[in-house]
Amino acid sequence: MGIVSPLGLGLEHNWSRLIAGESGIGRIASFDPSDLPAHVAGEVPAGPTEAGGLTLSDWVPVKDQKKMDRFIHLGLVAATEAVEDSGWKPESEEDRCRTGVMIGSGIGGLQTIYDASITVHEGRARRLSPFFIPSALINLVSGHVSIKYGFKGPNHSVVTACATGVHAIGDASRLIMLGDADVMVAGGAEAAVCPLGIAGFSSARALSTAFNDTPEKASRPWDRDRDGFVMGEGAGIVVLEEYEHAKARGAKIYGEIIGYGMSGDAYHITAPAEGHEGAYRAMQAAVRSAGISVSDIGYVNAHGTSTMADDLELQAVERLFGDAASQVAMSSTKSAIGHLLGAAGAVEAIFSILAIRDKVAPPTLNLDNPSTESVIDRVAHEAQRRKIDIALSNSFGFGGTNASIIVRGV
Amino acid sequence: MSEIADKVKKIVVEHLGVEESKVTPEASFIDDLGADSLDTVELVMAFEEAFSVEIPEDAAEKIATVKDAIDYIEKQKAA
Repeated sequence: MGIVSPLGLGLEHNWSRLIAGESGIGRIASFDPSDLPAHVAGEVPAGPTEAGGLTLSDWVPVKDQKKMDRFIHLGLVAATEAVEDSGWKPESEEDRCRTGVMIGSGIGGLQTIYDASITVHEGRARRLSPFFIPSALINLVSGHVSIKYGFKGPNHSVVTACATGVHAIGDASRLIMLGDADVMVAGGAEAAVCPLGIAGFSSARALSTAFNDTPEKASRPWDRDRDGFVMGEGAGIVVLEEYEHAKARGAKIYGEIIGYGMSGDAYHITAPAEGHEGAYRAMQAAVRSAGISVSDIGYVNAHGTSTMADDLELQAVERLFGDAASQVAMSSTKSAIGHLLGAAGAVEAIFSILAIRDKVAPPTLNLDNPSTESVIDRVAHEAQRRKIDIALSNSFGFGGTNASIIVRGV
Repeated sequence: MSEIADKVKKIVVEHLGVEESKVTPEASFIDDLGADSLDTVELVMAFEEAFSVEIPEDAAEKIATVKDAIDYIEKQKAA
């Protein structure tokens, strides 16, 4: 597994900072946000690799960097960590052909498109880089990963806004179940913390603007003072493998994907339906496909974006768990890293697997005064030791798309 | 070396990320300097920009080595 997020670079670095209750949210540093309503975001910190910072030249050769948008850079960083962590190095042509990639993004190369638009607008269309299109295309993370490692199996990508990461991991696991591949590198990457991205989500009234002077307090899922999500950037990548295939080669196995459910709201382009009934159906489908009882689930990593929809998700989770609701812990790790859009579901699925490994529920930061009381423990402020054998992770996207995934320790 | 040759060399080093010593007049962008077809398109654009010249597609296709580029640009500049 591999993560690059506003908490930094690397799986264990991210996890230990998350559990310690640290925040990766700050004032936007990559450009001057003064003219925009929202001034805060979660940006991947630059710095030496060994200190958990991003030094791009350690991952992508300098001459290739300009051929890819930042979301591809971040995807490649996390994919490299994940593939190396997995120890999977297919030597034979057959093994390479049985190894695929499915990495998505919610938006793709937004800054690249912005820059190219200006070039064309200024009448310099003939000066447009030949790398513009391959730099912006969403499926090019999958493309670059396959080229780097020689993975010749299914090469696919997912684009379902903020549900992308879960859909990619879920769909990739289905490809393995269907026999299309033995190994799939899957996840999401996003880098939309740019003027166009912040301005666009601001216009949709989706971003927090009330905490511009106290950025670390801006992402506060379920809290009564929340006023919108905080955009984050990064990537989360996992290496999925057919169980017997992984066992036979003595692979390090973090966990098993046992359930996956999807649904559509058929309601509104940005707002969830009443009671988040689409989310309820996605979770229900995941539980059904896992063949478990809801009381087996010890931890829920909520979509919990720090918007009004948080309470609707809470309602749907309460409805799903029924009498078991008082036993489950649910937190939103977006409180620490912001909303990584197309990468969110993948990073959060990874956090869910680590929650099982270490029997720790990561905290929901800034949950000072819940807007709605609930019997569900939302792990306010501090991580909790819990009995967690199975975890559920939710991701919902614009367009009314919902995805839930259930993982178990091995 | 002429001023044009120096500048061409610098652009090649920058765009292809190769060592200066490898950028000899005879060096082929694709065979010796690791460029692909898109890299060569970008290189030609960089030459056009840096020297304020137009390099039409049929001429660009004939620019395969460092010397080809220098010769073409010198000819344009002299004209």
